Amino acid sequence: MRIDVISISDIVSVSGVSYAYNAVEVLSDISFSMQQGDYVGLVGPNGSGKSTLIRLLLGLLAPSKGTLSIFGSPHRELRNWNRIGYLPQKIHFLNPHFPSTVAEIVSLGLVANSDRKSRASENRQAVDRTLELLGIEDLKKKLIGSLSGGQQQRVFIARALVSSPELLILDEPATALDPGTRENFFGLLHDLNHQQRVSIILVTHDLGSVGVFASKLLYLDKKIVFYGNFDEFCKSDHMASVFGPSSQHIICHKHD
Amino acid sequence: MSMNSIGIAEFLSYGFIQRALIAGSFIALICSLLGVILVLRRLSLIGDGLSHVTFGGVALGLFLNVYPLYVSLPLVVFSSLGILRLADKARMYGDAAIGIVSSIGIAAGVMLASIGGGFNIDLFSYLFGNILSISEYEVASSIMLSLLVLATIVFYFNEILSITFDEEFARASGINTGRINTLLVMLTGITVVLTMKVVGIMLTSALLILPASTAFQLARGFRNAMVIAAITSVFSVIAGITLSFMMDLPTGASIVLLNAAFFLAAFTYAQRSRKPASPVR
Repeated sequence: MRIDVISISDIVSVSGVSYAYNAVEVLSDISFSMQQGDYVGLVGPNGSGKSTLIRLLLGLLAPSKGTLSIFGSPHRELRNWNRIGYLPQKIHFLNPHFPSTVAEIVSLGLVANSDRKSRASENRQAVDRTLELLGIEDLKKKLIGSLSGGQQQRVFIARALVSSPELLILDEPATALDPGTRENFFGLLHDLNHQQRVSIILVTHDLGSVGVFASKLLYLDKKIVFYGNFDEFCKSDHMASVFGPSSQHIICHKHD
Repeated sequence: MSMNSIGIAEFLSYGFIQRALIAGSFIALICSLLGVILVLRRLSLIGDGLSHVTFGGVALGLFLNVYPLYVSLPLVVFSSLGILRLADKARMYGDAAIGIVSSIGIAAGVMLASIGGGFNIDLFSYLFGNILSISEYEVASSIMLSLLVLATIVFYFNEILSITFDEEFARASGINTGRINTLLVMLTGITVVLTMKVVGIMLTSALLILPASTAFQLARGFRNAMVIAAITSVFSVIAGITLSFMMDLPTGASIVLLNAAFFLAAFTYAQRSRKPASPVR
């Protein structure tokens, strides 16, 4: 039995979704929902289907089975894509000689805005504001290929944030960031989440950081192993069975 | 000095020179802009492949006794879509798809030329271009098609940049990447057919690749790259036509060699100016 009622306040609603690559099922029967202001840490081992789930949520893939809606409607009915901010894994950026400035790259986060032509100056201001927010306004006119890995990552974070999205999907955002920048970045996410009620899905391998930052944990291993509060996960048997007997102390201890 | 200016005034007074300069400049402009996009998307050789299809199209036109442009244009645009579809659906790399379509074009052209006999000399003139013999009608259609290409690039500029930089991100931000990709290859098809008149089938890809490559040596941004590519491309065509007429040299080859000289100069300049800078900034 599945209940297909979608609550109005659901930012993300996934119901009975399966996905198969060449007849091999990589995700099966995924159902969960997110409300506005949820901060979900998405964790799971390599090959657990995290990236596939992200690609389904972004509308890059269509589910083999089940239904999926964002802001209460399927992707094809989504008109304002600026409501979603996306930070892909670093690996997508492959050409170090691409002749684009940081400002040009960040403004790509605004392309989905349909009436953009009439609001070019507004867009420029949004780009400036976001660069400032991330402390990289001095890089504005630099070529993307001339930056260090950590600087590039901040540029892509800016691209995800520039449209002031209501839902942020971040695929391992902290890789390539040094500890100080990393702390600032998670602080920024915390502020966006608490002050502006931005909903966040954060893919990470670092279960400890989920405990510190996220309000919910989605543990994925081709199906949903656990979805709920981090504290509940710590108390549950899942923790010990997945991460070993000492994990409870090491990982959950950080959370206070 | 006055002799020289009279010379130039006289040069510019020839109708065929005016036609060549005007049509050549428009075509050079769209070649350079599309070139920037195609090279960055690692589709540099699509121009080469489609120009080979143009060869087949011209041969078919001559064979059927129809004006070659009428046959080439739809055939090349259709083939450009074929390349896209092969690369998309047939689990094939883009360069292999280009190779397949390109070789079919050449083989069909050679076959038709052999069966038809008699028109080998006409066909040969298309291989190396003949911009100085461009007709008023061809100038008008070149300008119109160039404006169409230009308008499309300007209108979809942000979408094109997004797709060129990261196609997956572009799709995730709601861009209909399939539609933009289809538009881009169709525009490339149109451009290749027009470029045939300027530098010929053999050298078409040079006009797509060289200005873009020159620009990448110097560019301070994507828009900036397009501006540099456009300037060097248009200047090379104007200077190439002028030089070839004054010194009785082949026009297409002059244009391409000027472009190559610009590239070498830009490359050398970039190498020298980069040396003192540290690799990590």
